[in-house]
Amino acid sequence: MKAPDYRTPRIGIDSVEHQAKLLRLWETTPGIKGFFTTTDHKEIGIRYIVTAFIFLGLGGVEALIMRIQLAGPNLSLLTPEQYNQLFSTHGMTMIFLYASPILSGFSNYLWPLLLGSRDMAFPRLNALSYWIYLASGIFLYAGFVTGNGPNDGWFNYVPYASKPFNPGLNEDFYALGMVFLGISVTVGAANFIVTAFRTRAPGMSLNRLPILVWGTLTASVANLIVVPAVSLAFFLLWMDRQFGTHFFDTAAGGQALLWQHLFWIFGHPWVYAIVLPAMGMASDGLPVFCRRPLVGYSLVALSTVATMILGFGVWVHHMFATGLPGLGLAFFSGASIAITIPSAVAVFAWIATIWLGRPVITTAFLFFSSMILLFVIGGVSGFMTASVPVDWQLTDTYFVVAHLHYVLIGINVFPVVGAAYFWFPKVTGRLLDERMGRWNFWTMFVGFNVAFLPMHLTGLLGMPRRVYTYNGYPGWGLLNLIVSIGSFVFAVGVLIFLVNVVKSLRAGAHATQNPWDAPTLEWSVPSPPPPYNFAVIPTVASRHPLWESRLGENALLSTLDRGMLLDTGKETIATSALDAAPDMILEMPQDSFAPLVLTGGLSVLFIGLLLKTWTVVAIGALLSAAGLLLWLWPRRDLREREPAAEVAHG
Amino acid sequence: MKSSPLGFLDAAGVRAQHILPLTWFTLCVSIAVCVVIALLLWIAVRRRRMPYGIDIASVKIERGGDGLRWISVGLLLSAVPLAVTLVWTMLALAAVAGPPANPALVLDITARQWWWDVHYSGAQPADGFETANEIHIPVGQPVLVRLHAADVIHSFWVPKLTGKTDVIPGQTNQSWMQTETPGRYLGQCSEFCGYQHAHMQFEVVAQTPAEFAAWQAAQRQPATEPAAADAARGLEVVQFRCALCHAIRGTSAGAVSAPDLTHLMSRRTLAAGTLPNTAGNLVRWIQNPQDAKPESMMPNQYLSAQQLTDVLAYLETLQ
Repeated sequence: MKAPDYRTPRIGIDSVEHQAKLLRLWETTPGIKGFFTTTDHKEIGIRYIVTAFIFLGLGGVEALIMRIQLAGPNLSLLTPEQYNQLFSTHGMTMIFLYASPILSGFSNYLWPLLLGSRDMAFPRLNALSYWIYLASGIFLYAGFVTGNGPNDGWFNYVPYASKPFNPGLNEDFYALGMVFLGISVTVGAANFIVTAFRTRAPGMSLNRLPILVWGTLTASVANLIVVPAVSLAFFLLWMDRQFGTHFFDTAAGGQALLWQHLFWIFGHPWVYAIVLPAMGMASDGLPVFCRRPLVGYSLVALSTVATMILGFGVWVHHMFATGLPGLGLAFFSGASIAITIPSAVAVFAWIATIWLGRPVITTAFLFFSSMILLFVIGGVSGFMTASVPVDWQLTDTYFVVAHLHYVLIGINVFPVVGAAYFWFPKVTGRLLDERMGRWNFWTMFVGFNVAFLPMHLTGLLGMPRRVYTYNGYPGWGLLNLIVSIGSFVFAVGVLIFLVNVVKSLRAGAHATQNPWDAPTLEWSVPSPPPPYNFAVIPTVASRHPLWESRLGENALLSTLDRGMLLDTGKETIATSALDAAPDMILEMPQDSFAPLVLTGGLSVLFIGLLLKTWTVVAIGALLSAAGLLLWLWPRRDLREREPAAEVAHG
Repeated sequence: MKSSPLGFLDAAGVRAQHILPLTWFTLCVSIAVCVVIALLLWIAVRRRRMPYGIDIASVKIERGGDGLRWISVGLLLSAVPLAVTLVWTMLALAAVAGPPANPALVLDITARQWWWDVHYSGAQPADGFETANEIHIPVGQPVLVRLHAADVIHSFWVPKLTGKTDVIPGQTNQSWMQTETPGRYLGQCSEFCGYQHAHMQFEVVAQTPAEFAAWQAAQRQPATEPAAADAARGLEVVQFRCALCHAIRGTSAGAVSAPDLTHLMSRRTLAAGTLPNTAGNLVRWIQNPQDAKPESMMPNQYLSAQQLTDVLAYLETLQ
C-alpha cells in the first residue's frame, strides 16, 4: 500500500524560469518516438479532429456518388450491391467515424484548457482511445475497400445481416469493427467523466462548467450505459454468423426484434451523444459574439441532462411499425413528444442571448446561429414522427432522411465548423480567413438547404429510403435532381472550409491570446497553448473568469497569474467533485508506448477473429497482455514504487 | 403533389384518412414553428448587430437582463401544440391501431425477396388460391391482412390506404384496410430488404363487391388446357423449365417459391411492379430478368426462339 501523500503544493506566481521548467517536464519528445508515445491531450485532440474530418470527406464522397445515381429516375451508374454498400458505409462513417470522434476531438483538446487543468485525468487512456478509434476505422474500411463493406444499413437489421442472407465477410467486418470501436468509445467516456469530476481548477464548481463540458459529460455517461448494448448485439450477431448460435435465428426460436431493441437502446441515446456536445459549443460560442453571458445557464445545463434522461426512454420510436402493442407505443410516443421540451429550452435560451446581446457577426457566429434554425427544422420533423399514426406514414421515407440530416448536419456539422472558426486561433495561433469564411458559410448553408429541404417533399410523395433507383413518378425526378445539385453545392462549401484551413495555417493572421475577447480559461493561455497548458493552476470565482471584472457581478475575482506551481514533476491538481476544492496532487504519466502496443495487439486479435485463425488470435492476445503489462508496471515517477524518483530541479 | 401514386396526402382508405388530419396538423404546426423561429432569429441578429469588421473587444460586455422570460413564455407556447398533439395522437392511435372486429375478408400475405405472395382463403380449403403482387379487395368492407415473412424483414405499406406494418420473420403482424372508392392503389415494401428493395411493389385493386366476387371466382379456377399446338408445346417447356419454382394450378407445376402463374395475364405488372405486363416485357423478363431486376431470384432462361414463342403462347392463355 502506498503511504498517504501529504505533500503541499507551493503557491507562487508565473515566471519565465518556472515556464521553462514546466516545458522540460511536459514537452513530448520530438520526432517519431514522440509521435507514437505522446499523451498530450492537445496532440490527441488534433489527431481526433483531423482523422474525423478525413472520414467526413470519405462519407461525403460516398454520398455524392449516391446522389449522381439518384439524380434522375431509373439510372444505372451503380449496381444494387454497390449502392447498398455505399449507403451503409456512408451511414457507418458519418455516425460512428465522424460525428462522435469529431466531438471527442474538440473535447479532448479543449477540456483541460476549459477546466484549468494540465491534462485529462487519464492521459494514456486518452491515447489508447484515439489509437483504437483509428485502428477500428481502418478495420471497418478494410472491409469496404475489399468489397466487403456493410450492406444492410448502419442499423443493420437481422435477419438480412445473418449468414443465410448475407454469406460474405461484409457483416463480420462490420460486427467485429463495431465491437472494436466500442472499446475506444468506452475508455474515452470513462476518461471524460473522471476528468469532469476530478481535474477542474479550484473553485470551478459544477455550476461554473462551460456548457460544452456539460454536453460531453452527459454524452459520456450515456455512452458508458448504452455502448454495451450495441457491442453485445454485434457480438451476438457474429456468434450467430460464425458459430451457429440462434440469438436472432427465428427458425430456432431466436428473435428478429431482439436486434432492434438492443440496437436502438443504444442508437437513440447515441444520437443525443453526437449532438449535445455540439450544442454545448454553440452555447459557449454564441455568448462570446453576443457580448453577454448565456441566457438561462442553469436551465440549459439541466436541459442537456434532461434530454439524455428522456433520451433513454424513446428508442421504440424507431420501431413504431414493428407490431408492438399499442399501449407500449403510446408510452414511447408520449416520451418522444415530451423530449421536445428540453430542446425548446436551449432554443429559446440561444435566441434570447442573441436578442439581448450585441451580435458581432463573424463566421463562427453565422454557423452557431444558423444551427438554431436547422435544429428547429430537424426538431419539428422529429416531433412529427413522434406521433405514432403519423409515423406509420412517414417512417422509412425520405422524410426521415431529411429529418436525420437536419439533425446530424444541422446540429453536428454546422456547430463543429463554427467551433473550428472559433477555436482555430487557439489551436494554431492563426485566425481563419473571415472573408473566405462568409463564402464558406453561405455556400454550405444554401447548399445544405437545397439538398435536404426538398427531401421532406419526396418523403411526403412517398419515396422510400434505401432504394438504389426509383420510378419517375410525378415530382420525384425534379425534386431528386434539385437534391443532387444541392448536395454538390454543399460539398463545395465544405471544400472552401478545407481550403481556408490550409491557407490560414500557412498565411493566416496571427492570433493573440484572446482574439474574440472570450470569457473562459482557454483564452487566458497563449495561442497555441504550451504543453503544460497553465503555468500556475488558476483559481476560479465565476463562470466567466475573463469577463468578471467587467460584468461586476461577484465580489471575489478569479486568480489567474498566481496559484499552485506544481513543478516538482508532471503534476496537476485533483479537486472535489461538486465544489472543486483542492484535494490531492496528481502525478501524471510520462509519454508511453503502452497504448500503441495494446492497440496493435487488439488489432491483431480482431483480425484473427475475423479470419477465425486462432493462432493469430493468440498472438494478438499475448501482444495485448504485453501492452497492459507495460502500462501497469509500477513506476517511480508516478510514486507507485519506493523510493519515488527524484525530480531534477531546474 | 397529390398525383404521386405513393403520396399519402390524398388518402383514399379509412385508416389513412383517419391519420391524415393529424399529419396535416403536425405539419402545419411544424412549418409555423420554423417560420416563427426563423423570424425571431432574423430580428434578433439584426436589431442590435454591430458594424461589420468591428474590433470585438471594443464592444462592451453587459448582461442586459436575464432573459428568462424568453424561456418560460417559449415553453408555455410550445406546450400547447405539444399537448394537443399528444392527446390527438392517442385518440388516433386508439381509432386506427386495432384490426376490425369482423373483417369481411382475411388475407394472408407473405413477403419474400422481392415480391408479395397473396393467399385468399375460401370456405373450403379447395376454394383458397394464391396470387402475387396484386391484392383485390371489395370496397366498403374492412379487410384484415395477416403478414408473414418468408426470409428477411419487409414492410407492408399502401400509402393511400394504410400506414406501414413491418413484416417480420417469426411473428405474424396484422394490418387492415378499407376503402369506399374503387381504384388501384400502389403499395411498396418500406423496410430495407436487400438488393431489390426498390422493386418490391404491389397493387391493391379495390372493386365493387360484385366485381370482386367475379374476380375471386375466376381466380379460383385452375388454368385451362391449352388448345393450340404452340401453347401446348409451351406448356411442356413451362413444366420442364419453370415448375421448379412456379405453380400453375391444373398442371404439374406446383412449386411455391416464386409467384403463382395460374392467372398471370390477369395481373397488370411483372416482377412486383418492375415492368408493365406486356408481351414484350414478358419476353424480356423470361430471357433476361437479371437485366431488368439485377440479383432477383429469377435466373436468365436462354430459351430458343421457338421455345420462347411457344412459352409466350401458353402464358397468354393464363387469363
